[in-house]
Amino acid sequence: MKKIRTTEELEGFRETLVTGRDPEKPRVSVCCGTGCRVYGSMKVIEAFEEEIDSSGLDKKIDVVSTGCHGFCEKGPVVVLKPSGIFYQRVDAADVPGIISETMLKGRVIEELLYTDPGSGKTIVYEHDVPFYQKQRRLVLDLNGDIDPTNIEDYVAFGGYSALSKAVERMSPEEIIEEVGNSGLRGRGGAGFPTGLKWKLCRKAEGDTKYVICNADEGDPGAYMDRSIMEGNPHRVLEGMIIGARAIGAHQGYVYIRNEYPLAVENLRIAIAQAEACGFLGNNILGSGFDLSIQIRPGSGAFVCGEETALMASIEDRVGEPRPRPPYPAVSGLWGKPTNINNVETWANVPIIIERGGDWYSQIGTADSKGTKIFSVVGNINNTGLVEVPMGATLSEIVYDIGGGIPGGKACKAVQLGGPSGGCVPVEHFDVPIDYESLQELGSIMGSGGMVVCDEDTCMVELARFFMSFVQEESCGKCVPCRLGTKAMLDVLTRITEGNGQDGDIEYLLELGEQIKESSLCGLGQTAPNPVLSTIRYFRDEYEAHIQDTCCPAHVCKPLIQYSIDVEACTGCGRCLRACPVEAISGEKKEPHIIDQEKCIKCGSCREVCKFDAVMVE
Amino acid sequence: MITLTIDGRQVEALEGATLLEAARENDIEIPTLCFHEALEPYGGCRLCVVELVGPKGSQLVASCVHPAEEGAEVRTNSEMVRRSRRTTVELLLAAAPNAKVIQDLAAEMGVEQPRVRLGDNDCILCGLCVRACDEIVGANAISLVNRGFVKEVKPPFGIGSNACIGCTTCVFICPTGAIKLADVLTNRSVHEWKSDFEFRPCKICGDHYLAPELRQDYEELLVEEQV
Amino acid sequence: MSFRPAFDVSEIEDLLNVEKDGENVSLMAVLEDVQARYRYLPKDAMILISERMGVPLSQAYSVATFYNAFSLKPKGKHIINVCLGTACMVRGSRRILDRISGRLGIEPGETTEDGEFTLETVNCLGACALGPIVVLDDAYSGQMNASKADALLRDAMAEVEAV
Repeated sequence: MKKIRTTEELEGFRETLVTGRDPEKPRVSVCCGTGCRVYGSMKVIEAFEEEIDSSGLDKKIDVVSTGCHGFCEKGPVVVLKPSGIFYQRVDAADVPGIISETMLKGRVIEELLYTDPGSGKTIVYEHDVPFYQKQRRLVLDLNGDIDPTNIEDYVAFGGYSALSKAVERMSPEEIIEEVGNSGLRGRGGAGFPTGLKWKLCRKAEGDTKYVICNADEGDPGAYMDRSIMEGNPHRVLEGMIIGARAIGAHQGYVYIRNEYPLAVENLRIAIAQAEACGFLGNNILGSGFDLSIQIRPGSGAFVCGEETALMASIEDRVGEPRPRPPYPAVSGLWGKPTNINNVETWANVPIIIERGGDWYSQIGTADSKGTKIFSVVGNINNTGLVEVPMGATLSEIVYDIGGGIPGGKACKAVQLGGPSGGCVPVEHFDVPIDYESLQELGSIMGSGGMVVCDEDTCMVELARFFMSFVQEESCGKCVPCRLGTKAMLDVLTRITEGNGQDGDIEYLLELGEQIKESSLCGLGQTAPNPVLSTIRYFRDEYEAHIQDTCCPAHVCKPLIQYSIDVEACTGCGRCLRACPVEAISGEKKEPHIIDQEKCIKCGSCREVCKFDAVMVE
Repeated sequence: MITLTIDGRQVEALEGATLLEAARENDIEIPTLCFHEALEPYGGCRLCVVELVGPKGSQLVASCVHPAEEGAEVRTNSEMVRRSRRTTVELLLAAAPNAKVIQDLAAEMGVEQPRVRLGDNDCILCGLCVRACDEIVGANAISLVNRGFVKEVKPPFGIGSNACIGCTTCVFICPTGAIKLADVLTNRSVHEWKSDFEFRPCKICGDHYLAPELRQDYEELLVEEQV
Repeated sequence: MSFRPAFDVSEIEDLLNVEKDGENVSLMAVLEDVQARYRYLPKDAMILISERMGVPLSQAYSVATFYNAFSLKPKGKHIINVCLGTACMVRGSRRILDRISGRLGIEPGETTEDGEFTLETVNCLGACALGPIVVLDDAYSGQMNASKADALLRDAMAEVEAV
């Protein structure tokens, strides 16, 4: 790779790339994000390369292994370009057929098409698939087009032109103003205005400043940042370079979870390629500005997603947050002014610089601008990454895009914001989503994890789960969090074991409020949210557990019992064989029976019974 | 000097002072546990929280670390503050029921029986011992180990630390007496850290007074002073 | 009380390069390398690292005990990781953990007597569409249930016997 020294050279390079690529040339885009890899997409890639080679078509068809396309439920996902034909659940064995039938003869393979559950019809083109139709993909737009390990793809699709503009035609102050005008707010969850944060850091005294990308995406169920880092790491880097230029930082860090090995690897490659091309290093694009970016992998601590704990970790200390002020913008890493932003926030920056803050601010609601990526997971048909403008509703996301709940079950609520967030019950699904509206509902935007809970979810157990997560991840420095969340967990555990007492709910509410007000950092300050919000909307479930020793959703083991309906049981013996503790007995073709003493309530019998003969209450 | 309002009264404070310092300068009492004048403030016990009134409402901040700013409005004993302190003390009593300093605080605030039981450990993780061993003594013999509810103070690997010099600063500074020291005849042992020291006899009077580890430090100090 | 490292210095000499490309290597990076090589952080290695890097042993020990990535006890040859993230949780991952735990006779965080398997849990791997997920060494298995977990274990144990 040749070093690009000026913005003219960059444009020349881009032009060479674009003219060297025929937009009509057939391209196979195969999703190779972590999810689809588990499904076997690497074998699909191999199959394509082999088949194309052996058929002598290697000059006629390109194969691109891309990052996450977002429609994770249907992986491995393959999209044929330029036609846009969308194939799902593709196997290596399907590949010869795809090439000979579809690519060479234009015939579509029905079995590989997506079927819309509503109409029952198959859909041919990606842009017609409802999952994608209702989305507005600004940040994820290139995830289906580029190979994240090849910087030329990014440049050919317009990458680094925002950096070019920022360096050539904008002063640092103008960059900050543009970001301010856009209305961009931090996508990590707190929603602090990004332009203002940059301004404060630029103003801070000192010559040594840092920029940090917080890629420690710890909320369980959230993987937006992973997919951005895997699929388009250059966009994040471009954002950081623009930001560093605006603030006056010459050293950047990406703090990324070590549980994301593919993202770490793709980022490493991207940084190396950016350096080789001159987008990082000295005198970037002739601007006289220097920047180098290092990767710092996390070491397994959720609390390091909190900015002061993150910085402590980079400083080789334990991830204990410290009180603020001073804020990182003034005194951060090693005491120097530091600007920390989330992955998705950084990824929005090149888009804003390229198209203008005013254009960006047309999208979204009055106070929440732009788009937000959500990872829609849990009890949902179309698990995947969804990017929608702020102001979209949960109904749209869960039903129109998400395809509703599997098994035809009813939806109970959606949990937003992970362990710091709250649940939003079905009756509020038509509220337009933005930072403020979610706060009013007792939840938070969070980083974007959206866990859909169906009617068989026990909301008390869900709250207990989040509290046990917090207890495991609490750094232990301050009393309200270290001891208070333990107290809350003990009470919740008792309740789910059928030992709830009068006054438990009131105690949880009181202690929860105090922990929120008194904790040192955001982890403790938000830890009670899942409990407070589930009590707010599902108090009846708590009361059933406490007063009636009953779990209405049939989840809490000490409160449920499995039994076999003698009328329905055919004596097939499937449950007997499935039982891990040999608690079921019965003769062939005779009704079987569960020994309650031995039963561990694992539910395997109910899972395997084809006659609905196993009941739980 | 800056001016701010504490408990309805306009007071003055030095620039760069914390809210705790500003309060104490003006004879306003705020309870603390993990604070010590000789150490960097920690902000961990949350007992010293005060209410900071702002345009969008109030928030609680730890007065030992929060800077006193010009024009700030602070309440050190409002209902919001008292509720928080009572909760903090109730939780500490639930975890350290036999620690006298906690019992006294509980009595002061009207906390009788904690509503949960969280254990019986005199160590309240205020961190004073660790911080003193680091910041004042410079031995770094002990540290805060693990995270969350199972956090504890330990020497490395839980066995006697060869960095400990037996100065007993940690024993002195511990508010609950969780660190047990025994000076028996010619031996000093700090039970918690499994550290043992043998005092050497004075060549002149024969009394056993100083462990060699401590003496080494003093010698170095003396040499420094002479230079 | 003084500790003479029984550890052979030469074994981790290459990992103790305190400088790489002119920059000071971080303590945590060195600990990660040692953890990767030995599947835990031997006490003597910690002592050596502390001396070489000029970091108090107590601080190195704090760091080693704070983060999940480090282990002071040897881990098994094979790590079985069950994802307990919310999305996997609502799809029943707890049941899978219980099954594996029962079959191996160990609790999460523990290692089997023969040193072959360590059972761990992780709070979200970010592959939620495939939940519930179990990772055996580097291999991800998605859409698991208790019976598939049994099969996975059976195969893993058979491989161990075969060796």
